[in-house]
Amino acid sequence: MLRSLTIDPDKCTGCLQCEMACSYENEGVFNPAKSRIKVFTFHDEGRFVPYTCTQCDEAWCLHACPVDAIRMNRETGAMEVSDSVCVGCKVCTIACPFGTVNYNQDTGKVIKCDLCGGDPKCASACPTAAITYVDADATGLDKMRAWAARTDNAASASN
Amino acid sequence: MKHVIIGAGPAGIVAAETIRKLDADATIVVVGDEPEPPYSRMAIPYLLTRSIGEQGTYLRKQDDHFRQVGIEVVVDRVASVNPGTRSLLLADGPGMQYDTLLVASGSTPILPPVPGIGGDRVTSCWTLEDARRIAAGIRPGSSVVLIGAGFIGCIILEALVSSGARLTVVEMGNRMVPRMLDETCGTLLEKWCNSNGITVMTGSQVEAVEDQGDSALVRISGGRSVEAQLVISAAGVRANAGFLEGAGVDLSDGAVVIDEYMCSSVSGIYAAGDVACGRDFSTGEYSVQAIQPTAVEHGRLAANNMVKHGSVTHQGSMVMNVLDTIGLISASYGQWDGVAGGDSATLEDRENYRYLQLQFEGDRLIGANTLGMTQHIGVLRGLVQGRFSLGAWKDRLKDNPLLIMEAYLAVTQGTG
Repeated sequence: MLRSLTIDPDKCTGCLQCEMACSYENEGVFNPAKSRIKVFTFHDEGRFVPYTCTQCDEAWCLHACPVDAIRMNRETGAMEVSDSVCVGCKVCTIACPFGTVNYNQDTGKVIKCDLCGGDPKCASACPTAAITYVDADATGLDKMRAWAARTDNAASASN
Repeated sequence: MKHVIIGAGPAGIVAAETIRKLDADATIVVVGDEPEPPYSRMAIPYLLTRSIGEQGTYLRKQDDHFRQVGIEVVVDRVASVNPGTRSLLLADGPGMQYDTLLVASGSTPILPPVPGIGGDRVTSCWTLEDARRIAAGIRPGSSVVLIGAGFIGCIILEALVSSGARLTVVEMGNRMVPRMLDETCGTLLEKWCNSNGITVMTGSQVEAVEDQGDSALVRISGGRSVEAQLVISAAGVRANAGFLEGAGVDLSDGAVVIDEYMCSSVSGIYAAGDVACGRDFSTGEYSVQAIQPTAVEHGRLAANNMVKHGSVTHQGSMVMNVLDTIGLISASYGQWDGVAGGDSATLEDRENYRYLQLQFEGDRLIGANTLGMTQHIGVLRGLVQGRFSLGAWKDRLKDNPLLIMEAYLAVTQGTG
């Protein structure tokens, strides 16, 4: 059973533990700027919204890559960037309509959420269960994914 | 069914692989006219900086990938196409029958029509062969003249600078990358290049290239001249569709005009990528976009219709570009130059080479330019292509254009 990250912004307190955990796991430093999950703050409404890649079916990043550096991990369903293949052209960063693939100027490669190989540290670090890692079918990501059809030029594609 | 694909670039290869996914029994042949395995021109700048080897440019990395998936790749040049008999002639090999044909033959650099442009010291930067010539022709301290400060010219600047060459860039437009960046953005990019030791001459033209034996004298408008060991011409491209002469296929400026099924005016002949004049998402008009995401999208949609005509409709591809000029990253989306009666928001930080410009029509985002930004820029695509009504967020973006992610979350998820 594939699992995916599910995010409930109502439970987020803006503590940024997820960003710290992500950055430490993936970049070896506690630096929210290097996190693949990002908490957006809505001051006026007093809300915090954690946000990262949904590993969408359309996989815009994967299809946009000119050198086949992004592949789906069949065990986790995550789109993973191979650092040894990525040339740093950044086409995926403009192709992803969710804005969740970013260029890391220090390494010259792109970075995105890879579900930490099936044990996402943002979810385990979240003290309020705003971020959980659960059965894909049960997540509330439908809303995020549904609109992707609006962006899809081939909504009726059979493949 | 036998599907023949002319062109082994991203559009052709994605089409071939998509056909294979849809039909396990189809015969699929890709005809490419370069000797290397299918590769990506997008990767050439990184080959020139030696970040990767030639193999790093290949579209598929596994040696026998195409054989394994049952795609035959033939190295040859198509001489002509006869739609009446559904056949084509190759320059060297035997003729070939097809049930459907995809023209994905890309484009070829245009050299500016000036005396001496055909000389030995002048090269394009388009193929792996060109890249080898450039790599061999540059020494630390050598003088290089780059004709054209468009996308390709700019993206190879890093490689040229890091090789220790002295660079002069000659651009006809009034700014760098005029087809992708607005005046402020293009002008900032020029300042960035100057600060990296590059001489940039905008509003200028090369008038002649004179062979002087161990160098060339490049004559530039305004009575200027520069001695150069190497001249790189990156002054635009034209579609490769000469082999369709006599086939009755409608062309526009030499590119194949395609309908919503990626089909040309001739039944059974489709087109995709740089050679195709297809629908633009933003304007609804037909144009050649010549960008990687469009090539791949065309290829995938064409393949669906080649297997089953009418199965997928093309709604139009969106123009988008991202460019790294010696470490300064710029991007453009959709109608970045705005529309009549539209509205815009800008944020300028000239000292730090940061710039963000948003274009609106009503309360929808229709285009953008960015400079010096690498985080979450893809969401600009999401906002433009989703055609979301921004409501109150339009004014918030006009106050602070950096709130693009917040605006997106608010309008798509009802958060905030």
